[in-house]
Amino acid sequence: MIKVEQITKVFGKNPVLKNISTTIHQGEVVAIIGPSGSGKSTFLRCLNLLEKPTEGKIYIKDQEITNPKVNILEVRKHIGMVFQQFNLFPHMTVLENVTYAPQKVKKLAKGEVEKNAKDLLAKVGLSDKVDSYPSQLSGGQKQRVAIARALAMEPEIMLFDEPTSALDPEMVKEVLDVIKDLAETGMTMVIVTHEMNFAKEVADRVIFIDDGVILEDAEPHQFFNEPKSERAKDFLSKLL
Amino acid sequence: MNLDFSQLGPYIPFLLQGIWITLKFVFVSILIGLILGTLLALCKITRHSILTWFANAYTSIFRGTPLILQLMIIFYAIPQLTGYDIPTFLAAILAFGLNSAAYVSEIIRAGIMAVDKGQVEAAEALGIPYRPMMLNIILPQAVKNILPALMNEFITLTKESAVVSTIGYLDLMRRAQIIGAQLYRNFEPLLVAGLIYWVMVVILTKLGSIVERRLRASD
Repeated sequence: MIKVEQITKVFGKNPVLKNISTTIHQGEVVAIIGPSGSGKSTFLRCLNLLEKPTEGKIYIKDQEITNPKVNILEVRKHIGMVFQQFNLFPHMTVLENVTYAPQKVKKLAKGEVEKNAKDLLAKVGLSDKVDSYPSQLSGGQKQRVAIARALAMEPEIMLFDEPTSALDPEMVKEVLDVIKDLAETGMTMVIVTHEMNFAKEVADRVIFIDDGVILEDAEPHQFFNEPKSERAKDFLSKLL
Repeated sequence: MNLDFSQLGPYIPFLLQGIWITLKFVFVSILIGLILGTLLALCKITRHSILTWFANAYTSIFRGTPLILQLMIIFYAIPQLTGYDIPTFLAAILAFGLNSAAYVSEIIRAGIMAVDKGQVEAAEALGIPYRPMMLNIILPQAVKNILPALMNEFITLTKESAVVSTIGYLDLMRRAQIIGAQLYRNFEPLLVAGLIYWVMVVILTKLGSIVERRLRASD
């Protein structure tokens, strides 16, 4: 589904990703873990080309998206993304946030899009907030709207960039529950997270990135119980 | 010192017609300034260095020279160069529209820069093309932030519009001067004209705060 071949990303003179390669299969849920500044968010953002790799190739469903001739917008239609800071459109209601892209990008009829959006909002438990504005919602509610907004495009891959890091502790669970439900539907997902228990529970694979390099790529129980690298051992020992 | 408004009576309709004349050209100038200013602002934030250079040069010239000079050049120099005898209305809206665009472009540019970067990223991640992203997502948020600054620009333009009296455009100001010359009394017509300008600006300010309130519905 996703094949990453030797990508490098350099900001100015600072290499953030160094020669990273990996493959993510259809239906896989991959958690990306690592210390702050390790490059894990940059790696995620390369997958939908919000950051363009300085070198290397990325294939999505056998199409090389790093090829400059590829229409990036077309590729992004199939890849949903959820951000740490939600990034909802503040001047639109919840419903408008969810319906805007399917209407504008996929050119679907308004009635159909709204029905689908209401179904999605019901699934994330926000049926009563359809006409609210983002400023009237709690952090957890905003993030659930953001997930519904991404799902409304019916993506084949979902990317989550620290989806719970900006939330109050008591709101983390409601968002993780939604992501967990989504994982069970067989969606291909890549999640950058600091929630180790969540990664343990939901992920099929854990990728540990440090200083721009993949140090570990293992099943969760193996990674959490018997990490191979000293760096991962050190990292895990500092967590609660 | 004696004020006598009674002699002004017969000239009042002539003066009041100036309101419409002034409003007409102010409105068209604002529209030109707004559209051109938005386009210039977009030029300033693109990665195409030629467009950015052009927009910056444009702003530098139109902000760096007096408005009355620009008006004079358009009104007197165009006929000299091309032989086309430019009507006062056209000269007026060109000078004010082009001048206002320079100021508006800076205001809008600042407004766009102030919109959270995450908004562009969210739109890009959804596959939304540039044009709808700008029109429906970025600009509405920018406009909300810059509305007070824009209103200020419109108010300035409304008042400075009196400068067109220098090319003989029969606006409110020009009419007050004509009446003054005919009556050999300048104070009364100028005072009334001043009052009318003030009322126009007050109404414009009021309209501005109504729009502002409506835009704040999502806060």
